[in-house]
Amino acid sequence: MYPASSLIIFTSFSGIGFGLLFFLGVGLPAPKGMLALIFLLIANSLAVGGLFAATYHLRRPERALKAFTQWKTSWLSREAWFAVGALLFMAIYGIGLVFFGVAVGLVGMVGALLSIATVYSTSMIYGDLKTVPRWNTPLTPILFLVIALTGGSIIAGLGEITLILLLITAITQVAYWVKGDTAFAKSETTITSATGLGKEGIARLFSPPHTSSNYLLKEFVYIVGRKHVSKLRFASLAMMVGVPIALLSVSVNLWFSLVAVICHLVGVVISRWLFFSQAEHVVGIYYGHRSDC
Amino acid sequence: MTMLPKKTERKLGLVIDLDTCVGCHACVISCKGWNTENYGAPLSDERPYGADPTGTFLNRVHSYEVKIDGKESQLFHFPKSCLHCEDAPCVTVCPTGASYKRVEDGIVLVNEKDCIGCGLCAWACPYGARELDAAEGVMKKCTLCVDRIYNENLPEEDRVPACVRTCPSGARHFGDFSDPESQVSKISRERNGFDLMPEQATKPVNKYLPPRPKDTMKEVDVLAPFLAPVADEPEGFMAWLDKKLDKL
Repeated sequence: MYPASSLIIFTSFSGIGFGLLFFLGVGLPAPKGMLALIFLLIANSLAVGGLFAATYHLRRPERALKAFTQWKTSWLSREAWFAVGALLFMAIYGIGLVFFGVAVGLVGMVGALLSIATVYSTSMIYGDLKTVPRWNTPLTPILFLVIALTGGSIIAGLGEITLILLLITAITQVAYWVKGDTAFAKSETTITSATGLGKEGIARLFSPPHTSSNYLLKEFVYIVGRKHVSKLRFASLAMMVGVPIALLSVSVNLWFSLVAVICHLVGVVISRWLFFSQAEHVVGIYYGHRSDC
Repeated sequence: MTMLPKKTERKLGLVIDLDTCVGCHACVISCKGWNTENYGAPLSDERPYGADPTGTFLNRVHSYEVKIDGKESQLFHFPKSCLHCEDAPCVTVCPTGASYKRVEDGIVLVNEKDCIGCGLCAWACPYGARELDAAEGVMKKCTLCVDRIYNENLPEEDRVPACVRTCPSGARHFGDFSDPESQVSKISRERNGFDLMPEQATKPVNKYLPPRPKDTMKEVDVLAPFLAPVADEPEGFMAWLDKKLDKL
């Protein structure tokens, strides 16, 4: 799949933003006054900034409000509702923290749950697609949720909880990669199921429909960068998990946390780039990709 | 809107015969022609006369080679457009309700005024049947020529999809699959019509007919190769003609 930068920025930044909102909502930490304002500003700018980047993916953003209508079937529509709900509840909770120094626990809890629901909906946009075998696994929502919570906990400064979450991130990420590498071959989709040809013998593409590229090939049959996969995976794990663990084991002061967050984010962005660019859509079979299927 | 209907009153769709398709791409051209001038935004082209032309098409023809050990290779042409699936995954993922499946005839359509161009429906379609138009920024797909099949301004023989009307080899058939006695239901039954990617559980309405098995030449006589040639040297009139032609 084409790794659109708007989607990489959106999923990475808003994930961490909503992860932080979750921890603020459940009262970890429970800052008051000015400190609460700073925390909320960081969380909201990550979450809203990410959502804003996502609108760049739309070719007709002026109609974006219509995306609130189909929550009964569409994860994209559900995501829109959960995001607005989370931001609304956390704003009310935040007003309490900043101006009155009170934490209205119930409002925070609802905001926290809605924040998690937003990340889950984002992940299900991808995880629900049968057409992309690498994404079509429960590990996709687990990975998105774990990464969102980990990023949030680094900013929230949660000490041991952060270290445990970082380790869980590493395990989930590796599991996702290992499972993903065989997902296409394990899916039942082959050139024979796609065309009905080659039940006896071997079918292969003889000529594509057009001499030049098209929308489908650009969007779904993106193959750049696959040869650097193992290097990029190492870089992603090192930045997303390795460096933050090293830094935060030494000390949880402001500067260490800041560097840890930035490194973590870089690692998440690489991970998301791989998430998109490594994902193969079954339509590629019609164009002669995946000759082993 | 993006909830799929439990049942549609009719199931309009196509039968595509892989045995008779000659790969001429006439269906591609007539589809592009009709759908550029009629329903919805035109199907745009980018750099149509440049070195790297691309454009939006609702119907494309792939060609596949099948090689069976010990036999000669066979070439099959494979037209592909929207299959108007009963469980259309493109419809349920649409966040705005722009994509929908009609209750009255099962046609899957896009209301372009509601489309935000997010592309998610094209991601959800396993067949590559939806293309985001580069100029208009909205999703385009086969409408089964909804503006032809009910169009009383057209002569009756033209009230079929443009691809079906134009196919010179009779490889495309249009009809109602909910009626077991319709022509499409019958030929699909008789010729073992099949679904594309059944494992994707989309329940396509369109059916494909498999190529018929290739016939082989019968041997005339087992002794034929041993028969002596009738004449090594021409005689009579043929000998005279041979001589004259040599002299020319």
